[in-house]
Amino acid sequence: MRHHLILRVVTKLLVGTIILFAFYVQFHGDFSPGGGFQAGVIMAVAFILYGVVFGLRHVQSVFPIWLVHKLVALGVLIYAGTGVWNMVLGYEFLHYGSFNPHHMSHGQHWGILAVEFGVGVTVTGVMVAIYYAFAARPPHIGDDDW
Amino acid sequence: MIETLINIALFAMLVFTALAIVRMDRLFAVVMLSGVFSLLSAMLFVTLDAVDVAFTEAAVGAGISTVLMLGTIALTARREKAPSHSSAVPLVVCVVTGAVLVYGTLDMPNFGDAKAPANLHVAPDYLHDSIEEIDVPNVVTSILASYRGYDTLGETAVVFTAGIGVLLILSGLRRRRRYLDEDEDT
Repeated sequence: MRHHLILRVVTKLLVGTIILFAFYVQFHGDFSPGGGFQAGVIMAVAFILYGVVFGLRHVQSVFPIWLVHKLVALGVLIYAGTGVWNMVLGYEFLHYGSFNPHHMSHGQHWGILAVEFGVGVTVTGVMVAIYYAFAARPPHIGDDDW
Repeated sequence: MIETLINIALFAMLVFTALAIVRMDRLFAVVMLSGVFSLLSAMLFVTLDAVDVAFTEAAVGAGISTVLMLGTIALTARREKAPSHSSAVPLVVCVVTGAVLVYGTLDMPNFGDAKAPANLHVAPDYLHDSIEEIDVPNVVTSILASYRGYDTLGETAVVFTAGIGVLLILSGLRRRRRYLDEDEDT
């Protein structure tokens, strides 16, 4: 899409805002609609938009394919690891109260933050990985055939 | 009153969008209309006060799946093929299934019924104890991440598995083709 000047300028302006909004949805999910899943999708949209407009090579130099594949697994590990860490501290699996035994609801806040972060990481990784898998195959249709 | 009008308008637009999707054979327009369909259903979720669901529908249905469908079209074809069979049997199947589903809703409790079984089991405990036990204003988050944390772990694992599955299918095909090319070269 070398010739779409307006798309390129608007995309450059929007990508940063979209990533910022993804972080807002991620870490503000306790207070407003949203959470890890939505934030992960929005974060992935930022990279997919960049990839659609500027090409796969450019987005993969920012967000390389090996990193995406690691993130897919890392999120699940963060989530399950939070649960296992609760067990190490002597509570049930995913009993976040163990993070702050004197003030259970503070421990809940830390636990929710951790597992939502895990969900966000996995969803970002999966969405971007699926997009990379689709976009990496040579297309049969050119830019003007649509 | 206004809410009823909004609901009628949204459902009418949903039906028109679905009919347009059925009638069209240019797949690019069909993908764009399915994005419109997702946005309309997101608005319906907002009128039902399910803002978290609306958020997800707008982001996944209108955003990601539109991009993935466009990617699929780029790999396959941009026009629908003429159907090889008559569409009478699928039409009958759809109408019968739809009628059975509508018949099934007759027994369901009304929307927002406080005596509905779903509102009597654990939901009152969650709503009553959430602020004291979890102290998070958004009850949806406290149920998803804490009360039902084990379920959400399962959902995350499902997303993980889906991603791995797509990667295996798509990249596996490419590697096999490369092997074939090398075989032809040698």
